[in-house]
Amino acid sequence: MVSEVIEKGPGTHVSGSIEQVAREVTITHRQGFHTRPVMKFVDMAQRFVAEISVVSLTREEEAVDGKSAMELMLLGATQGTRLRISAVGPDAAGAVDALVELVRTCFDLDE
Amino acid sequence: MDKLSGIAVSPGVAIAEAVVLDAEELRIPRRIVPPEEVATEIERLDRGIADSIAGLESQRTSVRNSLGANAADVFNWHIGVLNDAGQRREIAELIKERFYSAAYATSTVMRKQQRRFLSMTDPLLAERIRDVQDIERRLLRNLLGASGEDMAHLTREIILVAHDLSTSQTALLPETKVAGVALDVGGPTSHTAILLRSWGHPAVVGLNEFTGMVSGGDTVIVDAVHHVVIANPDEEVLEQYRVRQASYVRLTDELGSLRDLPAVTQDDVTIQLMANIEYPREAEASVRKGADGVGLYRTEFLFLREVEPDEDEQYAAYAAAIRGAGGRPVTIRTFDLGADKVTQKKSLEQERNPMLGVRSIRFSLQHLGMFKIQLRAILRASPEGGGVRLMFPLISSLIELRQAKMTLRDAMEDLEEEGITFCPDIEVGMMMETPAAATQCRQFAREVSFVSIGTNDLIQYMLAADRGNERVSRYYSAAHPAVLRTIRDIIRTCGREGVQCSLCGEMAGEPMYTLLLIGLGLRTFSMAPNNIPEIKKLIRSCTAAKAERVARRALTFDTDQQVVNYLRLETLKLLPVDLI
Repeated sequence: MVSEVIEKGPGTHVSGSIEQVAREVTITHRQGFHTRPVMKFVDMAQRFVAEISVVSLTREEEAVDGKSAMELMLLGATQGTRLRISAVGPDAAGAVDALVELVRTCFDLDE
Repeated sequence: MDKLSGIAVSPGVAIAEAVVLDAEELRIPRRIVPPEEVATEIERLDRGIADSIAGLESQRTSVRNSLGANAADVFNWHIGVLNDAGQRREIAELIKERFYSAAYATSTVMRKQQRRFLSMTDPLLAERIRDVQDIERRLLRNLLGASGEDMAHLTREIILVAHDLSTSQTALLPETKVAGVALDVGGPTSHTAILLRSWGHPAVVGLNEFTGMVSGGDTVIVDAVHHVVIANPDEEVLEQYRVRQASYVRLTDELGSLRDLPAVTQDDVTIQLMANIEYPREAEASVRKGADGVGLYRTEFLFLREVEPDEDEQYAAYAAAIRGAGGRPVTIRTFDLGADKVTQKKSLEQERNPMLGVRSIRFSLQHLGMFKIQLRAILRASPEGGGVRLMFPLISSLIELRQAKMTLRDAMEDLEEEGITFCPDIEVGMMMETPAAATQCRQFAREVSFVSIGTNDLIQYMLAADRGNERVSRYYSAAHPAVLRTIRDIIRTCGREGVQCSLCGEMAGEPMYTLLLIGLGLRTFSMAPNNIPEIKKLIRSCTAAKAERVARRALTFDTDQQVVNYLRLETLKLLPVDLI
C-alpha cells in the first residue's frame, strides 16, 4: 500500500541537478523499525549522496536523519506506522524510490 | 597539573599511566577540560569509536563463524550506531562548546537516548535501551582505558583510578600490573585498604573527586608516603618523583635486609611480629618478609564470592595457609562476615544499621550449619602444622563465647565419631573488639587461651565513628585517650590472668604506635606483612625502658591530637623521615 506524493520543491528545477522528493509508505514488517530493518535502511540510504530524512506521520515528531542508525530506531516506528521519506540532492528520486521499495518489501527479510 | 591530598593506606611511590575504572556501572564523573585539550579529547573520541567498532567487528566475525549469520546480525546495529555521523557530531559538539571530556560527553548523549527508549510503548523497541547501554559501556571502556576484566591482561604498569573498588575487584589486583591505586572514597581500615596494603600496592584513598580530574592515559603519581596524588605532572615534578621513587625502593631494600634478624629491643625484650593474611598463599610470603607466624587469618575472604565454599574447599585453604607458615603458629579467625553480599543475601530484610546488626559471630551463631562446616574444616586442618589456634570475632557477651565454644565441641564430637583426626587441644581465643568485652576482660580471660585486640572495630564502636566513612574519619582515632586506656587495661588484665594478648588492628602496623604499645606491655603484634620490616627496624632501634616512658607520658594527654603529635615526634627520632 504505497501512495505517492511527489513534491517538487519550487527551487528544484531551477538548479537542475538538485532534486527534492518525498514519498509515503506504511511499514508492514511485523517487527517494525527494529535493529535489522533499521540497518537495512541505513545501508541503503548511505549509497546515495542525497540528504535523507524520515518522519513518522503516526507520531508526528521531528524528522530524523535517514542515515542514522540511532535516530531511525528512536522513531519508534512499529508495524503499521506511516512514514514520509524525503530526500534532497542529485540522486534524491532514486534514493526515495529505493527506500520506499525496501520498506514495502519488508526490508528483504524473512518474517 | 592537579594535586589532591587523601589518606595513604599502603606505602610507596608509583608513577604510571592512569586507567579509570568505575565500580558502579560506569557512572562517569562530570569533567570539564581546559580549552587547549579539546583537540585531544576529540581525537580520544574518534580513537574510542574506532576501537569500539574494531572490537565489535571481530566479535561479529567469531559469532558468525560459531553461530551463523543471523546471530551475528545483532552486532550490526551496534556498529551502525557507532558509525553514526550525527551522533558523533553531537558528542563532539559537547566537547567543543561545553568543554566536556570525551567520556562525559559520550555519556551525556547516550543517556539522553536511553531516556527516550524508556518512554517507548512498544516493548520490543523499549528493550533497545539495553543495546544502547551496551554500546555506551563499550565506548566508555575504550575511552577510559582497560576494563575490569581486561585488567588481568595489561601489558604495562598502570595506576588504577576509581571511585571505589569492590573487594573482589581488589582481590584481582595481584595478578595484574597495577603499580598504584587512587580512590575517591574509603578510609584506612576498609577491607579494600587492608587488601591493598597486603599486596603492597602504593595507594591513596579518600580523594573525593580524583576520578573527575583524570582520563585514561594521563600520567599519574601516587605518593602514598606523603598522602598525595598528582595528575599530569609537569616535567620538573615528574623528575623529582622519579628520584623519590628510587630512594624509596632503596630504603625498602635496606629494610628487607633485616628479615633474618630478630625483633628484639636494645635492652633484649623480644617482640613477636605476626602477619595478618587474607589468602592462604600469603602465609608463605609473610614468612619471607620475616613474620614469626600468622597472627590473624581472615577467613571471610573465602566467602566473598557467588558460591559458598564447601568443607573440603575450606579445608584445602586452611591447610595451605598452615603449611605455608612452615611450622610457625597460625591463628585462624572464624568468618567475620557482615554488612556485605553474603549476609545481606541471607537476611530477610535490609538492616538499617548493619555494623550493629547480624554480623560476625552473631551471623555465625544464627547460621550454625555454615558455622559448623567451617569449624570442621579448621579442625581437620589443625594437625597440618605447629600451633594452629582458633579465634572467634566480635564477642560481646560470655553467653556468646560459650555458645561458640559449644558449637566447636559439637564439631569435635562429630569428627571423633567419624574417625577423622584433629588436634583436640587446639587453643581457642577471641577478638577483643567490643567495648563490652574490653570492660569484662577479666571474665573473658578466664574462658579463653588468648585474646587479640581488634583495634579497627574497637575504636569504631568506642568512638561511634564508622571507619569506612571518610566524612567522620577525624572522629576515628587510635590515639583517643579513651582508646589508649582501654588497650592498656586489656593488656594488663591479660598479663594478670596469664592469657596471651596480641593486637591485630591496623594500629599494630603503624610505626607511630610501636613505642607506645611496647610501653603498654604488648609483646605480640600482628600486621600486614609489608609493615613488618619497618616495625622491626623501629623495635631494634629502641629500648623497652624508653617505650615505657613514652607510654606513660602519652597517657597523660587529654586529646588525640596531643597524643599524635607527641608520638610522631618520639618516633621521628628513631626512623628515617621518609617512612612516616
